[in-house]
Amino acid sequence: MIYPASDLSLPIALAVAFFLLLGAALALIGAIGFLRLPTFYERLHAPALGTSWGIGGIMLASMIYFTAASSSLVVHEILIGTFVTFTTPITFMLLARAALHRDRTARSHGVPRKYPIGPEERPRKDDDPQAS
Amino acid sequence: MSAVIIYTAVAIAQFMLVVAMAIAAVRMFRGPRAQDRIIGLDTIYINAMLLLVTFGIGTGRMIYFEAASVIGLLGFVSTVALAKFLMRGEVIE
Repeated sequence: MIYPASDLSLPIALAVAFFLLLGAALALIGAIGFLRLPTFYERLHAPALGTSWGIGGIMLASMIYFTAASSSLVVHEILIGTFVTFTTPITFMLLARAALHRDRTARSHGVPRKYPIGPEERPRKDDDPQAS
Repeated sequence: MSAVIIYTAVAIAQFMLVVAMAIAAVRMFRGPRAQDRIIGLDTIYINAMLLLVTFGIGTGRMIYFEAASVIGLLGFVSTVALAKFLMRGEVIE
């Protein structure tokens, strides 16, 4: 079953093109940030741009296209969207914990430290401006 | 007119996604440690999934959606297995 693009009206085609380009551009920006950021814990944040609105934009474009072209409601792209939205934090949290474990056993520099370390390094309550 | 708009947008989006995959592959080959390579692989499969959905819009077929969902499922499982391997040194204990 082929749904050709020439059946669509102009506003729907513009909406599909807008969401496609939005999603692809966000995925590209996420990849560039992933290449350029200096440390691992900063690089972890960049690809989430592609997995949140990159996925969202392209799935929205696909839903609009197939709903308009087949003139019936097509929403099965929500399946991939919710699945990726749920699984991306899980994978990144697992990877961050694994990287922390590896960095702490290797005793490398620039690792986020763990509280409580010792009684003299622990942040005291009267130093903390948040705790009134 | 609408076909021209959609085909141009699909071509530009596919070009952007391929460039994103190439950049993630550069980080995967260059990455200083193993966790960088795993996130590079993760970014590559997400972008491949988006590329398949974009290809489905360009050809007007819904079949590519199933392939994209399979890529998403298997990519999640593989990334979790690799993270578990980094954490423990083995996948199934």
